[in-house]
Amino acid sequence: MVGYTEKIKEIAGRLLKECTVDMVVGFRKGTMPMMNEPCFATTPEAVDTLMWDSNCGINLANYLTNRKEKVAVIAKGCDSRNIVTHIIENKIKRDQVYIVGVPCTGMIDKRKITGMVAGEILEVSETENTIKVKTADAETLFEKTEVLQQNCSLCIHRNPVIHDEMVADMVQEQTDVDRYADIRKIEEMEPEDKWQFFDDLLSPCIRCYACRNACPLCYCPTCFVDEAKPQWVGKGQDPMDVRTFHFLRAYHCAGRCTDCGACERACPVGINMRLLTRKLEKDCQEQFGWEAGMSLDQRPALDVYQANDPGAFIK
Amino acid sequence: MELMGVEPDRLHFSWISSAESTKFVNVVKEVTEKVKAIGPNNHFIKDTAKVA
Repeated sequence: MVGYTEKIKEIAGRLLKECTVDMVVGFRKGTMPMMNEPCFATTPEAVDTLMWDSNCGINLANYLTNRKEKVAVIAKGCDSRNIVTHIIENKIKRDQVYIVGVPCTGMIDKRKITGMVAGEILEVSETENTIKVKTADAETLFEKTEVLQQNCSLCIHRNPVIHDEMVADMVQEQTDVDRYADIRKIEEMEPEDKWQFFDDLLSPCIRCYACRNACPLCYCPTCFVDEAKPQWVGKGQDPMDVRTFHFLRAYHCAGRCTDCGACERACPVGINMRLLTRKLEKDCQEQFGWEAGMSLDQRPALDVYQANDPGAFIK
Repeated sequence: MELMGVEPDRLHFSWISSAESTKFVNVVKEVTEKVKAIGPNNHFIKDTAKVA
């Protein structure tokens, strides 16, 4: 993905100069290493801050919800699928977005890297296949494949499914990926162990709702956890309330989640809540043959009734 | 729910018309039996807030 930056700047500059769009949503360098932040360029001069590397894991579809102006967005595979979902759910019109597609080779996991080196990380640079991490005492070289976010190493849709223009040629998709090995392991547990597993998984949660805020699917004007009349779920740290929040949030993403990993990336305590969304993704895949955000012409699995929908659980 | 650790026999789904009284009775019997067999659910309990 080295070299995408120049191309992105060129495309963004052109779009803004020709007034094709009013704004370009992309990434700029963050104030800390491995923390790129979203950037909204509205003038041709502002595109110089735009950039691209393996730290652009935030899902930019999140910034398109209910936009009125014409927006160009830099979209990786998962972003593009969420844009499709947005269009299907009438959150933005197709002719309002100009999609600049980015073939993606995965984003790196800042938590993994922080755990693999000692001391504060001062600088992270990359080539096509390697990541160089510089701390005060040492420089460490990693293969990119060993420090990928889990969702990226499991990704089977790296190329944008929808685009108006591409930044580079499509990359090769990964095949032979077992996306659900960890989910199957949980499914095989005894009920009591399952309960304990999720108690342990969710116990660090501080209810900051960063996972919800980072998620492009969570655009309700008032989220069920914020509502006070009626109050659906307690707002404290009670394990039952924490569990209710995480499971219900996952359910709201059923058949819509593209496993972009924004929730896990945003979590300050490193909870892998993608286990929940991926279980639902797995169910959708197995029972309805549905994958979210792949086409503009197909209605989502939970949106249609078919006579052969599985109903064996209803007695 | 099953993934979360709720026993499969604790949650039942059924579609019963208002004209199907026999089916209703049978389903209720079956559900009660199955739930009784696995015993009380101790998970969905929230302690009331303790006052210091």
